[in-house]
Amino acid sequence: MAQTIDQAAGTAASTPSGARFLRNNMREYGILIALVVIMAFFQFATGGILLRPVNLTNLILQNSYIVIMAVGMLLVIVSGHIDLSVGSVLGFVGALAAVMIVQWDMNFVVAAILCLGVGAAIGAAQGFWIAYYRIPSFIVTLAGMLVFKGLTLWLLAGQSVGPFPPTFQLIASGFVPDIFNGEALNVFSLVAGVAVAGLLFYLAVRARRQEQKRGTVEEPFILFAVKNALIFAALVYMSFLMASFRGLPNVFIVMALLIAIYSFVANRTTIGRRIYAIGGNEKAAKLSGIRTERLVFLTFANMGMLAALAGLVFAARLNTATPKAGLSFELDVIAAVFIGGASMAGGVGTIVGAVIGAFIMGVMNNGMSILGIGIDYQQVIKGLVLLAAVIFDVYNKNRA
Amino acid sequence: METILEMRAITKEFPGVKALDNVSFKVRRGEIHALVGENGAGKSTLMKVLSGVYPHGEYDGDIVYDGEVKTFSGIRDSERDGIIIIHQELALVPLLSIAENIFLGNERAQNGVIDWRETNRRAEELLARVGLSEKPGTKIAHLGLGKQQLVEIAKALSKEVRLLILDEPTSSLNEQDSDALLALLMELRERGISSILISHKLNEVSKVADAITILRDGATVRTLDCRAAPAREDDVIRDMVGRALSDRYPPRQPKIGGPVLEVRNWSVTHPIDGQRRVVDDVSFTLNKGEVLGIAGLMGAGRTELAMSLFGRSYGQWQAGEAFVHGQKTDLSSVPKAIAAGLAYATEDRKTFGLVLDQTIRRNVPLANLPAISNQGVIDKHRESEVAEDYRRRINIRSSSIEQATVNLSGGNQQKVVLSKWLFADPDILILDEPTRGIDVGAKFEIYTIIRDLAAAGKSLIVISSEMPELLGITDRLYVMNRGRFVGELPSADATQEKIMSMIVKSGG
Repeated sequence: MAQTIDQAAGTAASTPSGARFLRNNMREYGILIALVVIMAFFQFATGGILLRPVNLTNLILQNSYIVIMAVGMLLVIVSGHIDLSVGSVLGFVGALAAVMIVQWDMNFVVAAILCLGVGAAIGAAQGFWIAYYRIPSFIVTLAGMLVFKGLTLWLLAGQSVGPFPPTFQLIASGFVPDIFNGEALNVFSLVAGVAVAGLLFYLAVRARRQEQKRGTVEEPFILFAVKNALIFAALVYMSFLMASFRGLPNVFIVMALLIAIYSFVANRTTIGRRIYAIGGNEKAAKLSGIRTERLVFLTFANMGMLAALAGLVFAARLNTATPKAGLSFELDVIAAVFIGGASMAGGVGTIVGAVIGAFIMGVMNNGMSILGIGIDYQQVIKGLVLLAAVIFDVYNKNRA
Repeated sequence: METILEMRAITKEFPGVKALDNVSFKVRRGEIHALVGENGAGKSTLMKVLSGVYPHGEYDGDIVYDGEVKTFSGIRDSERDGIIIIHQELALVPLLSIAENIFLGNERAQNGVIDWRETNRRAEELLARVGLSEKPGTKIAHLGLGKQQLVEIAKALSKEVRLLILDEPTSSLNEQDSDALLALLMELRERGISSILISHKLNEVSKVADAITILRDGATVRTLDCRAAPAREDDVIRDMVGRALSDRYPPRQPKIGGPVLEVRNWSVTHPIDGQRRVVDDVSFTLNKGEVLGIAGLMGAGRTELAMSLFGRSYGQWQAGEAFVHGQKTDLSSVPKAIAAGLAYATEDRKTFGLVLDQTIRRNVPLANLPAISNQGVIDKHRESEVAEDYRRRINIRSSSIEQATVNLSGGNQQKVVLSKWLFADPDILILDEPTRGIDVGAKFEIYTIIRDLAAAGKSLIVISSEMPELLGITDRLYVMNRGRFVGELPSADATQEKIMSMIVKSGG
């Protein structure tokens, strides 16, 4: 995934030296280094519990809905807006799914598709006011947050609704089957992990070859080699760990696909390029013939759909819909995006950064819980990490 | 005459660049001293050293002010000594009143409670001194740029200014307002207030300056004393660019064909005030290979006309038809206008032209992304090739295409905006103040681009407030005043006097 991090931001050094390049691109590398350091710290502090197969699997399941929403939120924030309603929408869609599946006995596939549609419609309704009537997104989605929190309560009549049929639960708690029938190891999961790692490595090498051919190489070889070797090793190791438990969770596959697709959209398509331009300078984008209103509208519709997907995953994981589901999730999602290097002003940020930001928060939650640190201190520490990450970003930007 | 300021052997380095190299600069008490040079010559850096933006210790050399060596550690220090700088981008709060702005940060107050009577009384005095007849309670947002400049000067006077630094004060003013401002500077000179005037407009400089210091590439070229003998503009330009500019406009052989764009009875009202016609019943024709100029004072409606033609980007369209290549054409949105072959390069590069934080590579293809992509997927190599091609062809001075446009000088930013529109391959280019705030050398390059485009069969409309420029590069001129076209004449027959008289006779 890391080759999709946009390496263009650094000012070109005529003689690429490792340390200098690293310093100039601290925004991109810093976040990855921070995740590795935090993981190493908790692995040590918890006496190796953090990376135990069962815990690692849990970590991914626990954070899946945050990651799914962070992908959409990144685009919203890059376009210069914000969406405060995602936690409430997540709760509302979970409740809707519970009502449809548990109370009305609807087929869960039909219900899931309807729920995604409802999520997209909610996002579109908010996006409509933001894009076409220029109502500030902060206010529209703050209203949405209240409205859907209320509607969740109404829909569930204040009660928890569950349980879901087992087939629905598989969304969040299922694992990919092992078609190779390994004994202690889910061989298919391991093979899939190694294949993805290999593919990413191949793509990185190919991109570098092309750069070399054109003489536009900026990243020094040593950094390139270390970074990609690390990513390769980490992916293989993680898939080995998960394979030795129960294999790759279904949600993990969904997440990986979303990250890949949205990274591609953000980096390589005209739609992505236009969203970044809108966030960077909306007036200039508009005068360049970009239909800014329509793109902002679609960005919010997309966000609503992803919040709905996260709502389904969350409901399936808890196996019940509760009126409190999704409470303050929007803050975790927004924090993840900003830790990942996005700018409040818009126009800056990467999908991979947002995902890493979500995992930094997730690893800290998980590690601190294992260490038995109280929820009170956990909040304080997470808040300070968010502040530190953004200060680091701003400091780097000012120095450049 | 005694010296008020002497900057001795100032050297200021940024990582990898020597912005100022052993610069010496001397201002005498009670003179207007002009500081000229191309963009990037070091004028602004020198003034930042003087005003303490770069504090003592970050530069080498001495600042001697009033006979004492000064070590300013911030802008507050230099203001305390009466050195006040007024930046090109004004630092006024639009929704506060004139009086509140004048005393912002320096309130007439006792124990934190503002004395409004004293504030308004002092503000009235100061407004009278700068010759601005507005009430102290008027909000800044209701004033034009010229009057806002005067408020800035009133603010400086309130701080007991002794050395006033003006950075491009007239770049966005019309001629009337510019003249008023320059007259005020001369009046301040009578009262012993010295000024440093940074300007690209050499005709103004030679009108008011007592001395001219020319900077080039971070070093002093020379200081001319204008009291002994008036400075010759050509000499100054030669020193600025380091070469003789035999002609300020490139020679050209116009080859003009048939009509490309015809606009009939175009009317647009103000975006908020639907009664006010900002463009009023305008009709004109643009021919193939022609460079058409639109002259007029600031606020005549030229930018508004251009923007409303370009996808109704300004105001509320009321009436009018446009014909492109003889076909009636719908220009009601920017994508439609681009599809019809129009392009509009804005007068305000930073607000409307560039995505500043993004690189040259990402800005150049922005108006024509489909040309570098397949099925919506961008071909990054094609993108780099395109950007590199324009960087070389129209000489965008930068470290590489990966440089963020925010770090480019004004002239090079303008070239990026032009590249963006050239890559969109329009037939009709509207250039709004294409050389505003850029230096003589870069201007010549822009004029050359315009000439080459016309030679390649493109049609251009140039809007400019600099009349010599319009006369120098266009084939035909329309004169606009108060939303209407009040005259048309071939540029060869036009003079500044003729244009002004058309404006005045139409009721300016």
